[in-house]
Amino acid sequence: MTHAPFPFLTVLILLPAAGAVVVALVPSGRTPKWTHEIIGAAVALATLGLAVAIAVEFTVGDGRYQMVSNHIWANTLGIHWSLGIDGISLFLVLLTTLLFPLVMLGARVRRDPRSYMAWLLVMEAACLGSFVSLDLVFFFLFFELTLVPAYFVIAGWGFARRGYAAVKFFIYTFTGSAFLLVGILAVAFIHQSQTGVLTFELTSLMHTHLSGTEGVLLFLAFTAAFAVKAPIFPFHTWSPDAYAEAPTAGAVLLAGVMAKLGTYGIVRFDLNLFPQATRTLAPWLLTLAVIGILYGALVACAQRDLKRLLAYSSLAQIGFIVLGTFALDSQGLTGGVLQMVNHGLIIATLFIVVGWIYERRGTWQLTSLRGMQRPAPVMAGIFTVAMMASIGLPGLNGFVGEFLVLIGTFRTHRWWGIAATLGVIIAAVYLLWAYQQSFQNEPTPEDQKTRDVNWSEKLVIAPLIVLIVAVGVFPKPVLDRITPSVDRLIAHVDTATHIHPRSTRGYGAVPAVDRGGPAAPRLTASSGSKTAREPHRPTNPGGAP
Amino acid sequence: MLSLTFLIILLPLVGFAIQVLFGRRMGDPVAGIVATCFIGGSFVVGVGTFFDLLTIHAPVRTFTQNLWTWIPVGSLQVHVRLLVDPLSMTMVLFVTGVSMLIHLYSIGYMRGDRDFPKFFLYLNLFVASMLILVLGSNMLITFVGWEGVGACSYWLVSFWFTRDSAASAGKKAFLYNRIGDVGFLLAIFLVFERVHSLEYSTIFAHVDRIGAANSTAVCLLLLLAVTGKSAQIPLFPWLADAMEGPTPVSALIHAATMVTAGVYLLSRFSPLLHASGAASLTIACVGAATAFVGATIACAQQDIKKVLAYSTISQLGYMVLAVGSGAYEAAIFLMLAHAFYKGLLFLGAGSVIHGLHDEQDLKRMGNLRRYMPITFITFAVAWLSLAAVPPLSGFWAKSDVLDNTWAAHPALWVVGIVTAGLTAYYISRLTGLAFFGSDRWSDEVPVDAVTDMPDAHHADGAIPEPHESPRVMTLPLWILAVLAAFAGLLALSDNHFSLANWIDPVFGSNLYQGHLSLSTQWTLGVVDSLVAVTGVAVAVALWTKKAQRPLLEGQFLRDSWKINQLYDAVFGRPSQRLAALSARFVEPKVIDGGVNGLATLVKRTGSTLRRTQTGYVRNYALAIVLGAMLVLAFMLTRMWWG
Repeated sequence: MTHAPFPFLTVLILLPAAGAVVVALVPSGRTPKWTHEIIGAAVALATLGLAVAIAVEFTVGDGRYQMVSNHIWANTLGIHWSLGIDGISLFLVLLTTLLFPLVMLGARVRRDPRSYMAWLLVMEAACLGSFVSLDLVFFFLFFELTLVPAYFVIAGWGFARRGYAAVKFFIYTFTGSAFLLVGILAVAFIHQSQTGVLTFELTSLMHTHLSGTEGVLLFLAFTAAFAVKAPIFPFHTWSPDAYAEAPTAGAVLLAGVMAKLGTYGIVRFDLNLFPQATRTLAPWLLTLAVIGILYGALVACAQRDLKRLLAYSSLAQIGFIVLGTFALDSQGLTGGVLQMVNHGLIIATLFIVVGWIYERRGTWQLTSLRGMQRPAPVMAGIFTVAMMASIGLPGLNGFVGEFLVLIGTFRTHRWWGIAATLGVIIAAVYLLWAYQQSFQNEPTPEDQKTRDVNWSEKLVIAPLIVLIVAVGVFPKPVLDRITPSVDRLIAHVDTATHIHPRSTRGYGAVPAVDRGGPAAPRLTASSGSKTAREPHRPTNPGGAP
Repeated sequence: MLSLTFLIILLPLVGFAIQVLFGRRMGDPVAGIVATCFIGGSFVVGVGTFFDLLTIHAPVRTFTQNLWTWIPVGSLQVHVRLLVDPLSMTMVLFVTGVSMLIHLYSIGYMRGDRDFPKFFLYLNLFVASMLILVLGSNMLITFVGWEGVGACSYWLVSFWFTRDSAASAGKKAFLYNRIGDVGFLLAIFLVFERVHSLEYSTIFAHVDRIGAANSTAVCLLLLLAVTGKSAQIPLFPWLADAMEGPTPVSALIHAATMVTAGVYLLSRFSPLLHASGAASLTIACVGAATAFVGATIACAQQDIKKVLAYSTISQLGYMVLAVGSGAYEAAIFLMLAHAFYKGLLFLGAGSVIHGLHDEQDLKRMGNLRRYMPITFITFAVAWLSLAAVPPLSGFWAKSDVLDNTWAAHPALWVVGIVTAGLTAYYISRLTGLAFFGSDRWSDEVPVDAVTDMPDAHHADGAIPEPHESPRVMTLPLWILAVLAAFAGLLALSDNHFSLANWIDPVFGSNLYQGHLSLSTQWTLGVVDSLVAVTGVAVAVALWTKKAQRPLLEGQFLRDSWKINQLYDAVFGRPSQRLAALSARFVEPKVIDGGVNGLATLVKRTGSTLRRTQTGYVRNYALAIVLGAMLVLAFMLTRMWWG
């Protein structure tokens, strides 16, 4: 762990939080009506600048947590203000800090911009807090805190059925979180019973010794919250309603950033805390991921509502992220982490374009749109780039992540890999169909009046398009930062489950021989005799194909 | 010049970027000229590289250029690296050369189109992708090009997007290719798992590590990819629909270059094919079947471009057959010759369509040789070349394929020679209908009342007198005609500069060594010639005077063996029904229904439990006692068991 001279991460969270307070306090009567938007966007841009500085300061090749801040917050309760960033969270932080200013500038609202901006900044602080918290209590608080602004943004600025969608979203995710809270407390208390120390710090808790059943139950408790948030099939039904009824900013942030809280939570907490259970339950999660990929794409094919179609496409994309995660190898997990960022960029672009379409046409129903490519070729081009990235066209970012996920899965879980690869076909079906419906064919006179994007809109979308292409062509800077952290995590899982790191040299034919089991030295170190442990199972290194 | 290899790809890419940024400002025709210049530059660099490559000693005649590391994750290290060897060099030269000619032609053909600059934007991107495909030194870079050309094909087929048929055809092309791509991806995964590298040099140095069964699997997965891209059975139907694109696109992408990518890919994998006899035989059978089916369908089509499309499918079948017979050089030779004569046929057809004001119905053409002399002369060269009449290039190329098939799989040779007869017949039928006979285009009413031509390609009423195309279009015709006529020279054996000699180091010992005696070769050559001439003669006798012979145009063949109906019934409609079922029943009723059901349950439970909140202290006390007893019981059992 490296500590930074400047508390980057603390400031990263407090800056948008303070911005929210300022925006909320500036009265709306006497000032010009765009004051709040200017302040909000400025704060969000400053946060982006800080995130870029963090990325610059970030040490490449070091897989540990960096820029760690650790302060005791409540000693008797073992709660620490413990923050840290590694390759897994770095790009999620960058993605978050990029998308917030973009939607503030690109998806403005007419009604009550003061509350709108304040809620968005609260949401940004909460999201960033979730991504950099290494203390489970603070993670939980931030994780829950995201719900409140998200609820108000949907309910306050959403569309016709916003009330239903917001309540469904809130209750569904809140229920999931209840399991998470129980799980967090249980892990901490088990840890306390073993070591006598009550702590919620991830770095300590990850060495807690759990019996097989305990691990599985706790894994399920954590995963319940994350699976709802992501969402993973079959816990996704809140998302089409929420995405469709949310305003553009809400849809972009729900799908682009908040969905990643779920997948990030799985990677950060499930894999670190419950490596044994992760391996045991991997086939189940992989199966859900594959079903999500195929089922999401299939349902998307039958949608007539562009926003719902994108919601189901997200379900399929999240499936790829989960697939890569539970492939539990370097390529798969790196691809999964990269795909979180990729999906954020792509879905944000698509939802912003849908927002433009709604501004111009008052609808996003595919049945009432035709031939918009004729009057609005640039908008069509932007949609095309994002669509192709989502389909996985090489040269754009989606391919790199998808390829890594699939090749990793193929190596460790062949049949799941093959089934998911088939999903690549259906992914093309619904997006091309949607494009054909809305942008191709002879435009009606009404379609003919669709205005093309103007300069300010181009400016908002340009960073996304540039990144979609850049990550596709030259992902090395991103991968070089993600991979060391991923490798550490994989090594942790492998050690805890008695699997020796797979040989990265040579030709796979050489099985990793069990060298007498130096793995998991802490396993018997301090555990009390009354907690019965699972006996060391004979390892089967050849089990991984 | 070898160090400038990257320019071969970069120049078309720069052209693409310029078109994206300034295309609309440059407009018609400047955008087209600029685009053509960049392809021309690429061709020049290609020629320079070629001469540089010649200076390298033949057995080690390869050059790799490392550009940057693309995907580095653990054991997976993928580099953007270019491989220049005789095989890729051949592809580069003919791709850039033919592309340049077709770009030039397009300046005339697309004149006046409102999306003129966009056309060249896609065309430049296509050439860049195609060059990435052939120059990639590992499977993943090849895949980048493979997907890139597919995407460009999608954009160019649906170029006239306001027409629903064009939009659907583009989508269809993309989806069929996507099915094939799954094969490519799985092949990549399997190879990586075995060899831990995707570089061709490493893969082929470790064929033994892949193992026999996996070699066959890889080859068959690649074959799946090839059936998509190169329109082989079972994934060929998209190519006929792809004719919705502008005719230069059909010439460049759907005849000369992109569709031959599959043949290139299989040739590249010759060491693996060599290790798997089963895969080779499968490939040969697929090729022969496709050649035959494509040719039969071409015999009955009425749309001039559809005839050429099915002809392309059939010719690609020949190339795949050659690959399956181990005759990679013959496949490449036919690919080259085919690029010249089929490109020429399409451009000639484009000239005809242009001259007839967008009429594509053969039955409404006729006697055009009088009105379009240059188009006719050049078209005739391509016609006889495709018919494989000696001494034109098609004869040499097809004989080469058939001779090798005779040596490897005599049964498939029979299919090949029958198809050769059909080929001579259908292309002569096309020529007869278009360039001979009476001026049917001047007829007021469509000759064929029951036409299955879509309205878009069918002019109503009389068509004004046809005119010859402008010089910017006829110049490429002349050049291609010369190439189509004399490309056979490449095959003269024992020549130091022959194609076989040049490309041999790539295939080396993987080449099928079927030695045919000179007398056998002569006999086969005579048979080929006789079949070709007979096919031409029959068609000329039947189709130069008369345009209607329903007996020879069976509905089954006109409907392409009913393949589209079959796929629609077996895959299309069931999957639509499945999607509808998922979206309208499973999703709302089962999954979301479960959630809402749970919510209702909670609500009911809540209202039930509310009754326990009586407000009487005695009730609460009772509950506390009961709870305490439960806890006590639990602790006791724990002690008991623990």
